[in-house]
Amino acid sequence: MTDTALLEVRGLTKTFGSVQALAEVDFEVLPGEVMALVGDNGAGKSTLIKCVAGIHGYDSGKVLFDGNEVHIHGPKDAARLGIEVVYQDLALCDNLDVVQNMFLGREERDWFFRLKEPIMEQRTAETLSSLAVTTIRSIRQPVASLSGGQRQSVAVAKAVQWNSRLVILDEPTAALGVAQTRQVLELVKRLAEQGLGVVLISHNLHDIFEAATRITVLRLGRDVGVYEREKTTQQEVVHAITAGIPTKVAGVAETGTVVS
Amino acid sequence: MSTVDIAAPDLGPQGVDEQAGIWRRAVDNLKSGNLGVLPVVIGEVLIVAFFSFTATNFFTAGNFVNVILQMAGVTMIAFGVVFVLLIAEIDLSIGYLSGIGALTAAQLQLPDGRNYPGWLAILIAISLVAVIGAAQGTFVAKVGVPAFVVTLAGLLIWQGVILRVLELRGVIIIEEDWINKTATYYFSATASWIIAAVITGAYVLIVLVGIAGQRRAGLALRPWLALAKVAGVAIACFGTIAICTHAVRPAPCAEGTPLTVNCTQSLGLPLAGLLMIIFLVGLTFLAKRTTFGRHVYAVGGNAEAARRAGINVARVRILVFAISGIMAGVGGIILSARLQSVNLNVGGGTLLLDSISAAVIGGVSLFGGRGEVRGALLGSLVIATIANGLNTGGYKTGTIYIVTGAILLFAVTLDTIARRLQQQAGR
Repeated sequence: MTDTALLEVRGLTKTFGSVQALAEVDFEVLPGEVMALVGDNGAGKSTLIKCVAGIHGYDSGKVLFDGNEVHIHGPKDAARLGIEVVYQDLALCDNLDVVQNMFLGREERDWFFRLKEPIMEQRTAETLSSLAVTTIRSIRQPVASLSGGQRQSVAVAKAVQWNSRLVILDEPTAALGVAQTRQVLELVKRLAEQGLGVVLISHNLHDIFEAATRITVLRLGRDVGVYEREKTTQQEVVHAITAGIPTKVAGVAETGTVVS
Repeated sequence: MSTVDIAAPDLGPQGVDEQAGIWRRAVDNLKSGNLGVLPVVIGEVLIVAFFSFTATNFFTAGNFVNVILQMAGVTMIAFGVVFVLLIAEIDLSIGYLSGIGALTAAQLQLPDGRNYPGWLAILIAISLVAVIGAAQGTFVAKVGVPAFVVTLAGLLIWQGVILRVLELRGVIIIEEDWINKTATYYFSATASWIIAAVITGAYVLIVLVGIAGQRRAGLALRPWLALAKVAGVAIACFGTIAICTHAVRPAPCAEGTPLTVNCTQSLGLPLAGLLMIIFLVGLTFLAKRTTFGRHVYAVGGNAEAARRAGINVARVRILVFAISGIMAGVGGIILSARLQSVNLNVGGGTLLLDSISAAVIGGVSLFGGRGEVRGALLGSLVIATIANGLNTGGYKTGTIYIVTGAILLFAVTLDTIARRLQQQAGR
């Protein structure tokens, strides 16, 4: 791997009181790849992305973006770097239409605080078409009237339209049917093709093996391995999720080797 | 993200598909639980028809002007309620807060007291209720005390303040012209027609500018919808003036008139009516065309999403409670101007419940995020029409309460069903 990683996390440790949520976790995402993040409940997936997104602070470790160390103290810092998170519960306003949701909190306006609706409508149409989201009939319909897959598409489009470089998707297919899941996974692959780094968190190994280029497995707050999709099997990943041995033991440098 | 040069997809209905486009929009709105103002308009038409046949003297120009004056105060307060309901909160203090506004203005204009000019008294009174509203909003937004409790405390506190201040006097007579004219001034017929023409002209201009903007951006145009809206506004404006200018009131007779002739003087548009329109336009602009308004809807739709989108949710909430206070103050001053006095009952009675009912009957959802400013005007019109019609028809106060209550229940039921439809739609 000669490319500089888009995001690199080194030895991240995070405790909540006496509970160690993350212990010396390493994690990296290259530009143009879909990195899956898997693990059982409580393995630390959500904590890891919340640290990267600036929602939690961390106790020790380093976060590098484009090879430079960065300190992310809040969602705004993350957004400034180009890190966008699409949360499981989507964070869309049902009562607003697609355009209004896409520009929520970053509305285009003139000197009199007036909204520039035509410009926002036009840009929304461009963003959706560049992502080949064509199933939405009208971008002026309220989000409440969209299907689950369409809503997920809007949430993803909202995340990527601000020149973002790293998109983190938390369980994007959890509530979707077969056809809609396929639609969202296609969208995920297209994001990577456009050169973005994508982190895909999911419980569904089938989805991960369809969309991911590499897979990072977390277990009990430690990373137990990074697997390339081409060279691994679902069984191997399941084994790592349920019984993986940390490749690194706290306090001892490089005690294990990365299985790949 | 790289820019990809793909022609904008055919996302909206265009040109020949216009008719279908309007229908589709309506269906989408219904699906998403947005009933709009249709139910309340239909309801109002039915109520007017009913009283026209059952109550004598109801369907007259003079009574129409009466309804405008009767609804003005409640409408102003209800405009504020719309914003509070949009963020899914409640403000129970508005009744007595309107009393505080009226009381402050009345106190400041007292000739044997401060003797301030009316405009200054009004300005100070409105500023005071704005600050009170913002303070109550701060308890809700920053401390996290439920709005129901904060404003219930406000209800008690401001009622107490009114009782204490009026303890000795019992009533304050308002002699100041500025204040009284808000509810007693009528424009001349000529001025009324000019006002209708100006409002219609301004609306046409706004619509044209909007269409120009859409065309520049290459978006779908909806000329028929725009035409229908312009026609609707024109009919409403000129129709109102036509009726108002036909209304008459008794007037002193000119010298030499035989005693058998009843002398009358023609009325025009009441100033209170114009004030309602001005606030309607201003607040609709605030709600629909500004970032603040957009954020109000967002906070009501999904406060967590709004927070994650970088919206200062606490600030929006505080400002909304300040608006609620301001509109309560405006309504209170108009109500006291009708009586030309402030007494111990100011801000009490059914004022609070009428104001909230007006917004809810006008289609503003109690669950937040859905509703329009104009809903308050229409809902208040319904309430005023019922009260007026039942009064003219000789019914008792009890009947008025029962009918208003039944209509309120009906409106909330509609809203709840619409909300359930929304949750089922598209999932």
